Amino acid sequence: MFTSFKRILKWGITNFWRNGWLSTATVSIMVLTLLVITVLLMVNVVANAVLENLENKIDISVYFKLQTEEEQILNVKSELEKLQEVEVITYVSQNEALINFKEKHKDNPVLLQSLEELDINPLEASLNIKARETNQYASITQFLESVQFKDAIDKVNYLQNKEVIEKLSKIITDVKMGGLIITLLLTLIVFLVTFNAIRLAIYSSREEINVMRLVGASNWFIRGPFLIEGTLYGIIATIVTLIILYPTFYFLSPKISGFLPIGNVFSYFISNLLTFFLLLLVVGVVLGGFSSFIAVRKYLKQV
Amino acid sequence: MIEFKNVSKYYSEDCSALKEVTFSIKPKEFVSFVGRSGAGKTTLLRLLLKEENPSEGEILVDGKNIVTLKQKEIPIYRRKIGVVFQDFKLLPNKTAYENIAFAMEAAGRLEEEIAEDVPQILSLVELVDKGDNFPRQLSGGEKQRVAIGRALVHKPDILMADEPTGNLDPLHTWDIIRLLCRINELGTTVILATHDREIINALSKRVLSLDRGRLIRDEENGRYIV
Repeated sequence: MFTSFKRILKWGITNFWRNGWLSTATVSIMVLTLLVITVLLMVNVVANAVLENLENKIDISVYFKLQTEEEQILNVKSELEKLQEVEVITYVSQNEALINFKEKHKDNPVLLQSLEELDINPLEASLNIKARETNQYASITQFLESVQFKDAIDKVNYLQNKEVIEKLSKIITDVKMGGLIITLLLTLIVFLVTFNAIRLAIYSSREEINVMRLVGASNWFIRGPFLIEGTLYGIIATIVTLIILYPTFYFLSPKISGFLPIGNVFSYFISNLLTFFLLLLVVGVVLGGFSSFIAVRKYLKQV
Repeated sequence: MIEFKNVSKYYSEDCSALKEVTFSIKPKEFVSFVGRSGAGKTTLLRLLLKEENPSEGEILVDGKNIVTLKQKEIPIYRRKIGVVFQDFKLLPNKTAYENIAFAMEAAGRLEEEIAEDVPQILSLVELVDKGDNFPRQLSGGEKQRVAIGRALVHKPDILMADEPTGNLDPLHTWDIIRLLCRINELGTTVILATHDREIINALSKRVLSLDRGRLIRDEENGRYIV
């Protein structure tokens, strides 16, 4: 048993080496596959970061009438916090609103002066609400419009921004869905290309497989070396892919980091290097081994 | 040791390769099958090697019907038989030494046995100095001797040769035939399929003649008459 395994291993490695050009071609195709998969992964990470960033910019504000007691506002706040859809609520009191306003318009003395001349603070207190998902703002607004709060609330700015929020929400969902479909489709294509490359490599050995059968080799003794070869394709392709990716991210990272919210792509790559390696290794080895297994099976059928 | 009982092989209704062939071969015999191309020689050998199953009839080897062998038993059965083909069928990515050793490795023999037996076989087929050559670096005659070496190395009971000299010039042809005779003298049953009149007439061994799938003649010290 052990002797057989040693022989299978020996022949797998020897064949890989002696079929130099065929191995190089197959490994190259697999490297392309792994590169495509890595790029897709990175694009997904970046796209998700961009979308999250965008989502975080969406919120709605509820403005309360001037005479509303702070206690009542906080009451509404705690009621809202009970809703599942709500992620976070910030309370902006009248004073805070005034400070913010002054800060925002400090370069406009006319506006500030006219504010000074008023006896009371004209700015309304508000609650700033962020939902977990962009499509949940409608239901939160509906909740606010229920009779219980109606008297205290002056306006909800969702109604003003409704169109923009809905459009943005749709774009985000569409981009996520489209990204998923494209990722799956491309992955399927590169998988099939690799599978076929390995099948062709083994097709060229079909006569050899037949001879081995006639000489009395068992199926596992014939199949084994091909599985080892397929696995080797995966291992070597993984190493080559990482060697290509390292300088690529190193040089590309400073150029694209500027307009991405994710920060440094290169440092993200480095800190996840082991994960990348293991992921690509698993994909490569499984793809190589599985393709070989299927491809050889066809020629192993006995009588 | 080998018995064919009413063996027929049809590929379709009006295409039959063998029709009700019956014969038996004793241990250590040297038997030649002769006939024109398409007479059924190759089909007969393919059946014996269990590359195909007969449509009708039984094939007994050492008293066991090989038609009913299980998948797992096939490789083990094949190790009893050495095969030589017209087109050599060497493994192109293995050296002459490795080609011969492969049959032993496949049978699960020990490294020490392999290291001992393969050089002996190489010297039997007179290829001691070509052991490290790949098939593409060998001449036709040398390739066929490697193939014979591979067929012999696990000491099979039966050696089957299907037109082994078909691709060789006359000089190499006689090398191969002499080698087969020597192997037979050492105690192996040899089954030769050929359509070479000169070889058959010079051998003066048992000859079975096939014509269009039927066995038409079976003679000791036979001659080529078709």
